[in-house]
Amino acid sequence: MKVEHGIKGQQKTKITLDGLSFYYGKYKAIDNVSMEFFECMVTAIIGPSGCGKSTLIKSINRISEITNDVQVEGKVLLDNKNVYDRDVDLVDLRRRVGMVFQRPNPFPKSIYDNVAFGPRLYGVNNKKRLDEIVEYSLVKSALWNEVKDRLNQSAIGLSGGQQQRLCIARALAVDPEVLLMDEPCSALDPTATARIEELIEDLKKYYTIAIVTHNMQQAARISDYTGFLLNGQLIEYNITTAIFTNPDKKVTEDYITGRFG
Amino acid sequence: MNYDLQSSNFRASNVPNSTSPESGLKRFGDKRISDLLVESRQANVNRQRIQEFIIEKLLFAGGMAAILFIALIFIFLFKEGVKAFFLIKPIEFIGTHILDFDDNRVFACMWQPVGESGKYSIVPLLIGSFLVALPATVISTILGVGCGIYLAEIASAKVREIVKPAIELLAGIPTVVIGFLCLTLLATYVQNAFHTTFRLNAFVGALGVSLVIIPVIASITDDALRAVPNELREASYGLGATKWETIWKVVVPAGISGVTASIILGMGRALGETMIVVMATGNAALVTGNVFSSVRTMTATIAAELGAVPQGGPQYCALFLVGSLLFFITFVLNLVAELIISRMRKKLRL
Repeated sequence: MKVEHGIKGQQKTKITLDGLSFYYGKYKAIDNVSMEFFECMVTAIIGPSGCGKSTLIKSINRISEITNDVQVEGKVLLDNKNVYDRDVDLVDLRRRVGMVFQRPNPFPKSIYDNVAFGPRLYGVNNKKRLDEIVEYSLVKSALWNEVKDRLNQSAIGLSGGQQQRLCIARALAVDPEVLLMDEPCSALDPTATARIEELIEDLKKYYTIAIVTHNMQQAARISDYTGFLLNGQLIEYNITTAIFTNPDKKVTEDYITGRFG
Repeated sequence: MNYDLQSSNFRASNVPNSTSPESGLKRFGDKRISDLLVESRQANVNRQRIQEFIIEKLLFAGGMAAILFIALIFIFLFKEGVKAFFLIKPIEFIGTHILDFDDNRVFACMWQPVGESGKYSIVPLLIGSFLVALPATVISTILGVGCGIYLAEIASAKVREIVKPAIELLAGIPTVVIGFLCLTLLATYVQNAFHTTFRLNAFVGALGVSLVIIPVIASITDDALRAVPNELREASYGLGATKWETIWKVVVPAGISGVTASIILGMGRALGETMIVVMATGNAALVTGNVFSSVRTMTATIAAELGAVPQGGPQYCALFLVGSLLFFITFVLNLVAELIISRMRKKLRL
């Protein structure tokens, strides 16, 4: 689905879904979806529970196939390279496409070790360099001031909102290009949610962000583009203001005005 | 704060119309369902109260019984064991002076509980027990933890369905059968492989005991790792970790308390194992550091001798002392395991 938004051409396309269908076993979770994610923009995917939102963004970093039996048709192009090509290096793909999950999932390790986990995987062991990366990532995720004096304490002792920002820091520590966020605020209280939203606003200067949310106000507040997904099909995709003020389809309007979902 | 709806500025038209809650609800005669429920509950309330009381007390008794049994066992063991100190000089539990071949008086640790001048040193028995239990723990930690990791993280559902029951079946083989196999088959292989002086030795016993504790360790490790939430695995993969890195750096550290517990429990099992060591270790009470030497464990000594000694005699009481010691060691082992686990839990806040 091409977006008609008037200022087309100014944005660089980062990710293109081209006729993507996604199966769990025999069950078709995504049905022939084509859309683009633009560089340094926040793209929100909205839709009722079970419509395939999470599956859609998880298809980009190929994380679903670890625990599930999946089949894919169509293409997911990251910088014009299909991530489902045979020669794709999954480790490199997942470094470039970072992910933040629905529930904060810090490792049961110290705050420092959580952030340093990624760089260490790639073999960075120089203490001074790691220190810098950890500080940089925590500053970027707006957590540094709260944790700088207790980097060696367990991450599990942090509050839910802090844990989620730590997970964002952990993802940033490997210097990704894209951030996938799967309902990152659904387990958080309104204050923590507001902080994460502020953070997203800041992070989009540097990263391409795809966020799944079932909170329509959130999508309206933070995203530049919004896609409405229903039963695995992309019903409508447009700049966010257009979706929320003047949707093309009746069903989109019904959903965003709370008539179902 | 109380709002007075009457005096506030609501206009009647703003208030949603309410109908009577009674209308349209199911009735039996003049009674609503809730009336029936309340009535029948009234009738049952006394019976229910007694039921609750009895069940609560039964469960409490069940819990207390476990503690009571342990206490009784300990008291009985200890009571008989402590008598040994009145019949035998305490120093003799470590060793006695004997005359060697050149008629020199030497201090020796021997377990030779026969005749007038029986020798009751517990040292060779302790050494024997640990010479079997330690190698057995090492072997079964490597194989058992490996097996648990394989089951939890690598095996497909189909393979798991076959392998897990098979491993649990291994734990169900009577130990006398394993002892028999060790005695007849394994001992020969070990002797051929290592050219040992003694055919039956601590190492053969350790291999046999491993067969019993590998399933324990594998099964508990598997459970511990499967309890690690999937979100952690996803987070690890999401950062670009490979399967091996995810297992080694995330899943195992997160489940480490369970893995540690399984190892210590396994070691407790190894120390307490009797039938296999009676059959496979040669039962010579030697003071040695060599795993390929015959040994006599504490359990084997009790099993072999207790049935044939007069009650209340020095040997009888000495055996009870050995039993108390064994009980004490396994008790401490379990305590240590519990402490390690709770400390790790606190550290990781799992």
